[in-house]
Amino acid sequence: MDELLKLLKRNAQESPKNLAKMLKTSVKQVKARIAKYEKTGIIRGYQAIVNEDQLGLGRVYAAIEVKITPEREGGFNRVASRISKFPEVESLYLMSGGYDLLVFVKGKNLKDVAFFVSEKLATIEGVISTTTHFKLKTYKEHDVLMEVEKGHERLQVSP
Amino acid sequence: MKGCKSHRNYVARHLRNLPRSGIRDFFDIVSTRKDVISLSIGEPDFVTPWHIREASIFALDRGATSYTANLGILELRQAIAKYVKGSFGVSYNPEQEILVTVGVSEAFDLAIRTLVEPGDEVLYHEPCYVSYAPIVSMVHGKPVPIVTRRENDFRLTRRMLEEKVTDKTKVLLLNFPTNPTGAVLQPRDVRDIARFAIEHDLVVITDEIYSELTYEGDRVSIVSVPGMKERTVFLNGFSKTWAMTGFRVGFSCAPPELTEAMMKIHQYTMMCAPILSQKAALEALQRGNADMAAMHSEYLQRRNLICSSLNEMGLPCHVPHGTFYAFPYVGRFGMTSKEFALRLLDRQNVACVPGTAFGASGEGYLRCSYATDMDEIKEAMSRLAVFVKSLKTRS
Repeated sequence: MDELLKLLKRNAQESPKNLAKMLKTSVKQVKARIAKYEKTGIIRGYQAIVNEDQLGLGRVYAAIEVKITPEREGGFNRVASRISKFPEVESLYLMSGGYDLLVFVKGKNLKDVAFFVSEKLATIEGVISTTTHFKLKTYKEHDVLMEVEKGHERLQVSP
Repeated sequence: MKGCKSHRNYVARHLRNLPRSGIRDFFDIVSTRKDVISLSIGEPDFVTPWHIREASIFALDRGATSYTANLGILELRQAIAKYVKGSFGVSYNPEQEILVTVGVSEAFDLAIRTLVEPGDEVLYHEPCYVSYAPIVSMVHGKPVPIVTRRENDFRLTRRMLEEKVTDKTKVLLLNFPTNPTGAVLQPRDVRDIARFAIEHDLVVITDEIYSELTYEGDRVSIVSVPGMKERTVFLNGFSKTWAMTGFRVGFSCAPPELTEAMMKIHQYTMMCAPILSQKAALEALQRGNADMAAMHSEYLQRRNLICSSLNEMGLPCHVPHGTFYAFPYVGRFGMTSKEFALRLLDRQNVACVPGTAFGASGEGYLRCSYATDMDEIKEAMSRLAVFVKSLKTRS
């Protein structure tokens, strides 16, 4: 992966000036490359990583394993695309193994998610079965630990 | 001493006048302060990669709490032989030519004690790591510094060596990439220096602890030059490459008779390097390539940032092609580097080590370690810029 993308994946707020210094290039170059990534859709957006457990909103997240019947010529794509359009769905992946789609959904409460699964997801034509797992606690998300362990402190001066 | 009847000074004469490390002095000052951003740390800010720590935990779990062979665990020595062959192009016999030590510091001490007799002269380049000259003095050898300069990218050349060599010179000590300057040797200089060592029948001790942190240029070790293996003690370790400073494990590769002599001292003083550290080192060599690559690219980005920021604020800084230190020139403000460092600490709470900790020729310089989190480096640079600006307007 391009070093610029790696740096942005780690910190999307890094200034073009600092990025230019780190990569030994010009600010203009950095801006142009980012614009190109955005235009071609390689960079699809920028988001904050929020520790929601700390906010205490009581929102509910679930991972749902979905088995579906693939369609002739369409495979899994049509059904997957239908599911991905629901605003409740945060991420959706086609998986190998015992089920086909892994769907991450969010809801205000347990009832919300249950309603989505039974009324919307399970009733889609081609969906054979669903298994819902509710998330209890987040330890790490997008490479970021939610609780940083206090590390061992280094000496302030050493040879 | 209260209650002590004797007026004799019990401390051996040659130790009385040996100064303690300038780094130690500076540490005492910095440690009294709070919320300091420290660019004075000579060790990686990364924690040892988890799989390496885990290897040590696993070994402990299995009851690995004993001594090992004096030379070190054979499997580790075999892995070291493979690594040195692959990375530096030189073959060593793990049974007779490799010694696992308690850090490179011990290996260096063993090498000097093995080679230097009272009155022998040891050539070394300066500014340099703090322990070289003191260790030579401790065995009654004579440390002979060769000053390297910024105008010349802190290069060491054959001509500079010719000026200092005498018929008493026995050892040439090299440390490239260099702590604190970040200098690396050009392949041409490596060959010239090798020829010099052969012509003057010198033994070369080459401390290449920072070799994996080389950013530009061909990495050529002097030991790989034909005719050098027989007269070289090659030192390397795990501390900088895999962020394992606290494990205290390093190694030396040297001809059998030198390894045997070094082993004797090691045997009577250390016995062996700690077994858990050796187990961790083995894991690092066997499965640590990815960690190395990740840290390397991170350091490179930090180096680019710190060097360009220093130059921008008017502190000229050559490009350090290796290590994790920048060594900017701060000598144009009418104060010593120590005064500069102390005032910077006092006004902006940023700690950098004065260049004089690395020898008299470090006067006028500051060592800024970039083995620190990127955000801290950025903050330190903006504070340093404010400080430099205040000096300019005053003068």
